Amino acid sequence: MSLARRIIPCLDTDGQRVVKGINFAGLRDAGDPVELAARYDAEGADELIVLDIAASRDHRPTFLETIRRVAGELAIPLTAGGGIRTLEDARAVVRAGADKITVNTAAVERPELISELSGEFGAQAVVLAIDAKRAGDHWDVRVRGGRDSTGRDALQWAKRGVELGAGEILLTSVDKDGTQSGFDTTLTAAIASAVSVPVIASGGAKTPQHFVDIFTEGAADAALAASIFHDRLQSIRELKQFLSENKIEVRFPC
Amino acid sequence: MKITLIDNGAGNVASVERALSRLGAASERASGPEAITSAGVIILPGVGHYSALVRALDERNLRRPLLGAIARGVPFLGICLGLQSLYESSDEAPDLAGLGVLPGRVSMLPTSVKLPHMGWNQLQSTANSRLLAGIDKNAFFYFAHSFAATDADQSTVATCAHGSKFVAVVERDNLCAVQFHPEKSGAPGAQLLQNFLGFAV
Repeated sequence: MSLARRIIPCLDTDGQRVVKGINFAGLRDAGDPVELAARYDAEGADELIVLDIAASRDHRPTFLETIRRVAGELAIPLTAGGGIRTLEDARAVVRAGADKITVNTAAVERPELISELSGEFGAQAVVLAIDAKRAGDHWDVRVRGGRDSTGRDALQWAKRGVELGAGEILLTSVDKDGTQSGFDTTLTAAIASAVSVPVIASGGAKTPQHFVDIFTEGAADAALAASIFHDRLQSIRELKQFLSENKIEVRFPC
Repeated sequence: MKITLIDNGAGNVASVERALSRLGAASERASGPEAITSAGVIILPGVGHYSALVRALDERNLRRPLLGAIARGVPFLGICLGLQSLYESSDEAPDLAGLGVLPGRVSMLPTSVKLPHMGWNQLQSTANSRLLAGIDKNAFFYFAHSFAATDADQSTVATCAHGSKFVAVVERDNLCAVQFHPEKSGAPGAQLLQNFLGFAV
């Protein structure tokens, strides 16, 4: 009896439809978020993340409606993010049905945002997303889809985020993202041992062995992937069977 | 029978509402004392900081009617903070008094493990349970908390462990509470809510 490692599909949306593309280039339609959410819930996803990657003010109501529709389908936790810059933005997302909020660029620009969110919703509802890219002997925090350097050290930023009230770190390896060459186990293990909160690893997943590696060598508490699930390259049920055979505790829906 | 959901202003009220409506059960939100006095079934959800829930109960004058309803045997289900609030106090806000319906206090889970205790975990049954009836003993439930009631007593019917053992399910006559989130726990969570409604409504 112990806490199961989590498998989390991520739905990148343009507000309304699920889209996919490597490093935000060449986006293409990958389906209806509500249909995908229902499928992943049935297959045994442990949580779901829905992101508004366009995050423009104009179509915010559309994204909130998407959250509302997805939350209505789900009996598992839902995290939403993309374009959350203020407490009021977060309230709208929570009111629409998200259990957790994820923030990235806005938290880098104004770290107090993390404390504000944690104060209102509790640390368990605040997921600090960090996009990290190898820079010599450390990792640099990147923003805007991994393009812009912030000059911040990822390890220090993760620790600071937890001090400010983040209850979870969603760690994306900019080097691995979109490559399907496996998660960044070195980066993930470094962050996981530096912070007291759970770490969700993201970027680079393709094979079931990649997931075994990130849960063992990478010490991740959860693993996130998008396109391999959307494209049916990997079913969540079969992935969990593989993990279970490899002595990794996972949850099978009854 | 009317199901009254106590709306403490934040947290998982809407999720619980959606989970109940998936089961075909209508509920109404209550934020004032009158609704609690007339309630046939009460659900107290809550997530976040202990002080936010307990302060909201006091600011909205809900403490006395809530204690009155519990004493009269009105079926009650506390979820997450709703469970924690039943104990005498919590180390998360030591200056505030809990509802004190159950003996003991709420304290932080050991820092030797990752906190919050976030994700899916299994239960250890310690007594017969109406809430868990018909649910596979290996079923997983969704948890999201750092504090927990560690003083199990006769009202505890199942425990969970993360760093240390803590109270996961409470049942004492019609007083029920769970530390996890049945509204987010897939099929076993829905079954638990159905079981509660089965004897409450």
